[in-house]
Amino acid sequence: MVNVTVNGTPIAVPEGTTILNAAKAAGVEIPHLCYLKGLNEIGACRICCVEIAGERNLVPSCNNPVFEGMDIRTNTDRVRRTRRINVELILSQHDCKCATCVRSGNCQLQTIANDLGILDNIYPQDLVTGVRALWPRDFPLYRDTNKCIKCMRCIQVCDKIQGVNVWDLSGTGSRTRVDVSHNRRIKESDCVLCGQCITHCPVGALRERDDTGRLFQAMADPDKITVVQIAPAVRTAWGESLGLPPEKATVNRMAGVLRRLGFDYVFDTSFTADLTIMEEGTEFLHRYAVGDTRELPMFTSCCPGWVRYLKSHYPEWTDRLSTAKSPQQMFGAVVKSSFAKRIGVDPSKIFSVSIMPCVAKKSECDLPTMRTDAGPDVDLVLTTREFVRLIRGEKLNPEDIPEEGFDSPMGVYSGAGVIFGATGGVMEAALRSAYFLHNGRNPKPEDFRAVRGDATGASGWTEAEFDLGSGAVVRTAVVSGLANTGRLLAELQAGRVHYDFVEVMACPGGCAGGGGQPIHTDDVERAAQRGKVLYNIDRIQTVRFSHENPEVNALYREELGEPGSEKAEALLHTDHHAWQMPAQG
Amino acid sequence: MSRLSIETPDRAQQVVQDLCRDMGHRIAANPPGLCPVDMALNFLRLCHAQTCGKCVPCRIGLSQLETLIESVLDQTAPDGTIDLIESTAAAIADSADCAIGYEAAAMVLQGVRGFREDYEEHAHYGRCICSLKQPVPCVTTCPAHVDIPGYVALVREGRFDDAVDLIRKDNPFPFSCAYVCEHPCERQCRRRLVDDAVNICGLKRFAVDHCSRTAPPPPAPSTGKRVAVVGGGPSGLTAAYYLCQMGHSVTVFEQREKLGGMLRYGIPDYRLPPEVLDRDIDYILACGAEVHTGVSVGKDVQVPDLQKEYDAVYVAIGAHADKKLGLPGEDSANILSAVEFLRNCGEGHAPDFTGKRVVVIGGGNVSMDATRTSIRLGAASVTCVYRRRVDDMTALPEEIEDALAEGCQILPLQAPHRIEADEEGKVAALWTKPQIIGGYGRDGRPGPRNAAEKEFRIPCDYIIIAIGQRIESDEFEKGGIVTSHGALQADLSGYVPGTPNVFAGGDAVTGPATVIRAVAAGKVGAANIDAFLGFNHTITSQVRIPPAKLSNTPPCGRIQLKSRNPMESRTDFKLATCGMTEEEAIQEAGRCLRCDHFGYGIFKGGRTTQW
Repeated sequence: MVNVTVNGTPIAVPEGTTILNAAKAAGVEIPHLCYLKGLNEIGACRICCVEIAGERNLVPSCNNPVFEGMDIRTNTDRVRRTRRINVELILSQHDCKCATCVRSGNCQLQTIANDLGILDNIYPQDLVTGVRALWPRDFPLYRDTNKCIKCMRCIQVCDKIQGVNVWDLSGTGSRTRVDVSHNRRIKESDCVLCGQCITHCPVGALRERDDTGRLFQAMADPDKITVVQIAPAVRTAWGESLGLPPEKATVNRMAGVLRRLGFDYVFDTSFTADLTIMEEGTEFLHRYAVGDTRELPMFTSCCPGWVRYLKSHYPEWTDRLSTAKSPQQMFGAVVKSSFAKRIGVDPSKIFSVSIMPCVAKKSECDLPTMRTDAGPDVDLVLTTREFVRLIRGEKLNPEDIPEEGFDSPMGVYSGAGVIFGATGGVMEAALRSAYFLHNGRNPKPEDFRAVRGDATGASGWTEAEFDLGSGAVVRTAVVSGLANTGRLLAELQAGRVHYDFVEVMACPGGCAGGGGQPIHTDDVERAAQRGKVLYNIDRIQTVRFSHENPEVNALYREELGEPGSEKAEALLHTDHHAWQMPAQG
Repeated sequence: MSRLSIETPDRAQQVVQDLCRDMGHRIAANPPGLCPVDMALNFLRLCHAQTCGKCVPCRIGLSQLETLIESVLDQTAPDGTIDLIESTAAAIADSADCAIGYEAAAMVLQGVRGFREDYEEHAHYGRCICSLKQPVPCVTTCPAHVDIPGYVALVREGRFDDAVDLIRKDNPFPFSCAYVCEHPCERQCRRRLVDDAVNICGLKRFAVDHCSRTAPPPPAPSTGKRVAVVGGGPSGLTAAYYLCQMGHSVTVFEQREKLGGMLRYGIPDYRLPPEVLDRDIDYILACGAEVHTGVSVGKDVQVPDLQKEYDAVYVAIGAHADKKLGLPGEDSANILSAVEFLRNCGEGHAPDFTGKRVVVIGGGNVSMDATRTSIRLGAASVTCVYRRRVDDMTALPEEIEDALAEGCQILPLQAPHRIEADEEGKVAALWTKPQIIGGYGRDGRPGPRNAAEKEFRIPCDYIIIAIGQRIESDEFEKGGIVTSHGALQADLSGYVPGTPNVFAGGDAVTGPATVIRAVAAGKVGAANIDAFLGFNHTITSQVRIPPAKLSNTPPCGRIQLKSRNPMESRTDFKLATCGMTEEEAIQEAGRCLRCDHFGYGIFKGGRTTQW
């Protein structure tokens, strides 16, 4: 232990503790801005600088360990004045139009400036103008260079957690800025649109393209029938920034909210998650049986960030992806075919919306392979954050809105469909049904718990081996976070590991930690906690196997025939080769 | 009022002078990779601040240039702006009245012509083609990229064994480099922004002087691959060391009786004692390389045979042949080449110069080695003849100082013209043509030309010629390796194009250079030979580096190594410079600014832990 004093209060902390954490242990919060534990401890913003007795200069507290006898002062006149000036300097190069900023209210810079009572700024505004401030407005990821405070978090998250290296510093000297790395433009980069840079941005420099305007346009069109689907992971997080307690932020209350927003039909993506399991599970069993997975595994294909990653980094492995569409796109395809028929309207009259924890879904629905003559299967993707903004904009108070059921038929789902939103969930759901398809009888639902991934994404990947019976031993791996994925792929390529089936989720912890989820100013990673919500829903569900979803079975009976049938192939599968990532060349 | 008064600078002027000095340090320590256009703009602003304001081109022109360059950086410049910058700068350079104006414009011109592509990148795309790549200046400028902040911190903690082990991750010659490295790492040391560069080389010497004998880490499992290394100097042995560590079987062929190359046969003992060199060689050989000394490749063993017999060959034969002056009388007796002379000394066959007058021709480090060795061999006088000025000598300043202190005479601006022999055919005198220093050549150095003075006679008994070295590469050229002016032609990976499995490096490729560049080439060669053989071994170190301490910025003088009393050291071959005391070493290590932790280092990772 190391003995220090914080503002005169003695405290003993373990060796290696940073000044910031030592102060916290002594009950003293030191404000900070760029610091992100374990990822970005670079002392760039200098907001956390404190006075150490005997030191000539102020010392950043986020990245310097305490030493024996250290006398830390966080509230001297010198510290206060310096902290204030540094915040004012940051503000001078920050577009402070908070009223039109998506992060107003959960912006770390705004909080610090407000807390310090900075009411005017002595430094003149110094913003970038002209073409240097431009960013393509049609790209699903939007960046405002004048809001960027160069904390470098986006660079670090993209480098260290995702291993995609989209961002870097550009230029030197006073014109240093964050930009797409290697002098590329964002549209020509290999950005996978995971959105992790957005959820780790302390300010409003990064956000998703806001598509709420297009929703209102469709709702205003009397000829349009609006249909909405809710992804599994959204139900774990939508209440967070509305102040709803978890027991009230249920998916059925979401259904009530969506009806009040004006949707004609409210469905659950978990339904097509079950459908995905039927298709992907059947595909896997087939590929396994014919020896197709003897060298390289079949990869899941439901995460569009991952598909974009694979197609940029290992395009030669595109065929290793399951050809099954993602649940979102299966949903879109079913809505504009059998559902349209069922309600007796032309598919082109349906406006199909999805609420997703994801930014990459905005690009997935735009793929040329995901549309018919009646238009795109999914017309519009809104992130959880955009959904929350809709609620705010409509002045709805969800607490007062009753829980409501889903519309039929695509509102019925199994527990297996719900856990899609957590890392390992797709694999677990697939194995439950694969076991059934292989043996003709159900396993225990909890038999495949071992594939539940590490929701913090810290431990790389989870692997497990299962004997499905009669010698069918399946080696599986589950990985989340693309840097972890990159390591897994490198091991696969080197032949040091072998799997039959691999689930990949681009975001750490899976969709629960998705780049479209609510953002908080406390920098706490919530994927694990949100994922638990999904596993709890699964636990109490009466139907826990995708193959027991009655409406899914009805769909096969009435429309598609068998999983993997010609009709199912045409509607529910896709050709991953039919489009290119820019970096594929 | 007195008629005249003594002028003293006022306080403001004094402070400005101090700031100018600090600015000089700052510019000298410029980190590599900065935006050249931004630098050009800010140099221009500094130049403009020096303007008196009398003349139009300088007063207004420089101002307009600033506006134009800024518009390029802001991506608001209309088409043709770069041409306008060039023509404006040319007009200012042509018409400014004094150097403040025309030199400022000349700098802009040099830039707009020298890095026009960066100007265009800014103007058209709003981006710069340069970027900071390696964040720690000393590590960047060390050719072998040794973890300098790491070992300096270890020296500060008294962990000398760890410091030396850490150096060996990138350079298996810590002992030799501690004594003779030219320390390019100190050139852009960020400490120069505060006061002066950290004495990195001196700290390394303190570490090696105080470390214990340790054994190398166990090598990787044997790969069964065999590599021949031709030449047992710093480059060859570096490659041998890392290739052994990677599990390859290595055979070293050395034409002389002992290993070490120029370190043993080119550098005098008073700079690098043989027992110090042997500490490096013993450690390297403990990794298991097989050594054949006294074997000359090309004579005793044929190059094509090595290529067939081994999976890969690394050629690092150095530059051991001399260059001739091409003067009348050069074939007289008692004329020696410096490499030959130093080699004879290294082999224990030093000539007896007692009472003799020796002339050394040349102004580089080898010339200083020959000069100071001649003094130690008892010469009555040693005169170093150089055709340019002392300022232009390429030898390290401290070498020149020490040579002068030991009693040699330097005769600058004398170009050797002919050699006079006596009736026995022995050297009697060197005749030189006096020179005058003149205009600057393409190499950026002022060149000498004949002065309007008479020939000058320097009577002498011996002449040692130290005007450069050649590479003896004929046998290798016959073996299929392309050479240019004697230098083996290898690409940046060390691979020799056109051969099936030959790599080359060191002086044999670069021409005579430094130990650390030879070591760096050996490291590059080892890595690429490993990859060529189908492996991807990594070299790493288990040493944990102490966290950065905070108190290190107050200005503090740099500790310089002291020389022994020259009157004493001129009489023997014992070490001429003394290492730091412990007190000095701890203080000096504390001057390191830990750029691996502070500044860009902590962001982009100040450390390469493996290669």
